[in-house]
Amino acid sequence: MRLDVILRIATKIFLPFIFMFAIYVQLHGDFGPGGGFQAGVILAAGVILYTITFGERKAKEYFPEKLFEIMIPVGVLVFILTGVYSLIHGYNFLDYEAISHHGTHGQHLGVLIVEMGVLITVSGSMVTIFYNFINRD
Amino acid sequence: MQFEHLPATQILIPLIGAILILVSRKNIVIWATASLLTLLTFINSILLYKQVSVDGVISYAMGGWEPPIGIEYRIDSVNSILIVLVSFMALLVAVYARKSVEVEIVAEKRPVFYAMYLLCLTGLLGILATGDAFNAFVFLEISSLATYVMIAMGKDKRSLIASYQYLIMGTIGATFYVIGIGLIFIMTGSLNLNDISEQINSMNTIRPILASLAFITVGISLKLALFPLHSWLPNAYAYAPSVATAFLASTATKVAVYLLIRYFFDVYGYNIVFEDYWLSMLLIILSIAAMIGASLVAIFQNNIKKMFAYSSIAQMGYITLGIAIANHSGLVGSLVHIINHALIKGTIFMAIGCFVMKLNSTTIEDFSGIGKKMPLTMTAFTIASLSLIGIPGTVGFISKWYIITGAIEKGWWWLVISIALSSLLALIYVGRIIEIAWFQESKTKENTVTLSREMIGVTLIASITTLYFGLNTELTVDLAKIAADSLLPGILR
Repeated sequence: MRLDVILRIATKIFLPFIFMFAIYVQLHGDFGPGGGFQAGVILAAGVILYTITFGERKAKEYFPEKLFEIMIPVGVLVFILTGVYSLIHGYNFLDYEAISHHGTHGQHLGVLIVEMGVLITVSGSMVTIFYNFINRD
Repeated sequence: MQFEHLPATQILIPLIGAILILVSRKNIVIWATASLLTLLTFINSILLYKQVSVDGVISYAMGGWEPPIGIEYRIDSVNSILIVLVSFMALLVAVYARKSVEVEIVAEKRPVFYAMYLLCLTGLLGILATGDAFNAFVFLEISSLATYVMIAMGKDKRSLIASYQYLIMGTIGATFYVIGIGLIFIMTGSLNLNDISEQINSMNTIRPILASLAFITVGISLKLALFPLHSWLPNAYAYAPSVATAFLASTATKVAVYLLIRYFFDVYGYNIVFEDYWLSMLLIILSIAAMIGASLVAIFQNNIKKMFAYSSIAQMGYITLGIAIANHSGLVGSLVHIINHALIKGTIFMAIGCFVMKLNSTTIEDFSGIGKKMPLTMTAFTIASLSLIGIPGTVGFISKWYIITGAIEKGWWWLVISIALSSLLALIYVGRIIEIAWFQESKTKENTVTLSREMIGVTLIASITTLYFGLNTELTVDLAKIAADSLLPGILR
């Protein structure tokens, strides 16, 4: 891989845009196509691209395995805690009315938080699966 | 905590527990966390049951979206008992698990095992609680995926193959189920079971509905291991860790049966499913094949776990037979047998887990003289085995009695003969183990591991429950009667 200058340079150029696009897809999910799952996959694809071009050791310096492993349950926790928040405030589970009463404002905010949880879990799972595959001896 | 949210917390408690265990990953506290959360789940299920028996059906709108648009959790007399049952078995097995998991699973995988255990519980409770066809599919997948992981963690290398086999079969089953839902959705435009049921009953074009019925029946039958679709079960039960086997044998297939009952009697309704006799007859033939065929296979097994896995297939035959008879007594028999078989198989597989830990072997010959070494566990095992045969005074007798009554009411005397024959076969394979365990001298060297007190204690508690419900039939039978009343149309009550 050392000699593959084009690949390495191209990866370096593309990587910020890939992550940026992931964030765009994530935040634009309320209005158009997109959302947590797609954004999570794009984010994970960026990490996977980096790992393929620069090798496992260097990738794990920037993207440690433990971090992605812990992201899987944490994302689900974010999702559930949003639901529990509405439970505590006397609404039904995952009723976003609890977050804000101003029209659809609560729905926006609720979906945004929940999709954040989805993003965390999905990208965590994708990268963990990938790391597990390349780890196999 | 407000009591109106019980249907949601029922699913949430084990789910949060699974995440807590995955986040903390501390070996010392995970067992305590799992036990505590299953205890909370059980308490929640009892409160939920009380509420249903007082107020009637509870409908809970997830996210505040009213059904039929939103996901509805619907707790009625049928699923409230089963939620209590599944939570109870989960509690028993979770308390039992500590030492068994320590011996059978390497330290670094233990947190994942407990997390999967709770996720599987979440899935099963979700299937029971939900009133939404697609939501049931999602929970079916959650519980199945957790199950595959648990099975693959077995000590034996063959557990991987068993898990893979179940993965393929389970996925095919789930696909069939989802195709069925797709057809329903095209025809009715709804995923809410209650809404679907209303629309189907006021509909003329019936063919796609019948196709969806076929798909859903086959899909769920794969999950509940109905006779020709049972091939995944023996290996999965035999090579999974003892804890996983005890939990799956007592809950997973039962929940699938519940889903079948729900679709047959509630969604499609008696008139569509049992109007022509083809489905009823097909189910009866397959059930009898399971009851007799699987029992025959069980007699010739050398692996004790496999023997009782085949016995499970035979017992599922009784349950589907009761459904196929489709009158009040038959359905009561089926529902009671779901409860009874869960208790019986839970006890048997927990006892087997104790023996396997002590002997480090699952071969039946090695069990010689185990009765003298482990009298308490073997007593629990014997009580459950007698119940499996259906000796009067145990739970197994009651459910068989109701199924036989149902068959006689329909005038199908030949069914009585096949039930008797299947019980006789059960006597042979159970008798073989009891004979070896109590009356033969010990030949094998035992392990140095000491069993923990809670393992034996929980096994005994489970066996006492089978005796208690055998003598005090009021609770289970009355509940099943109320449930059957709500499932059957007026003329059949």
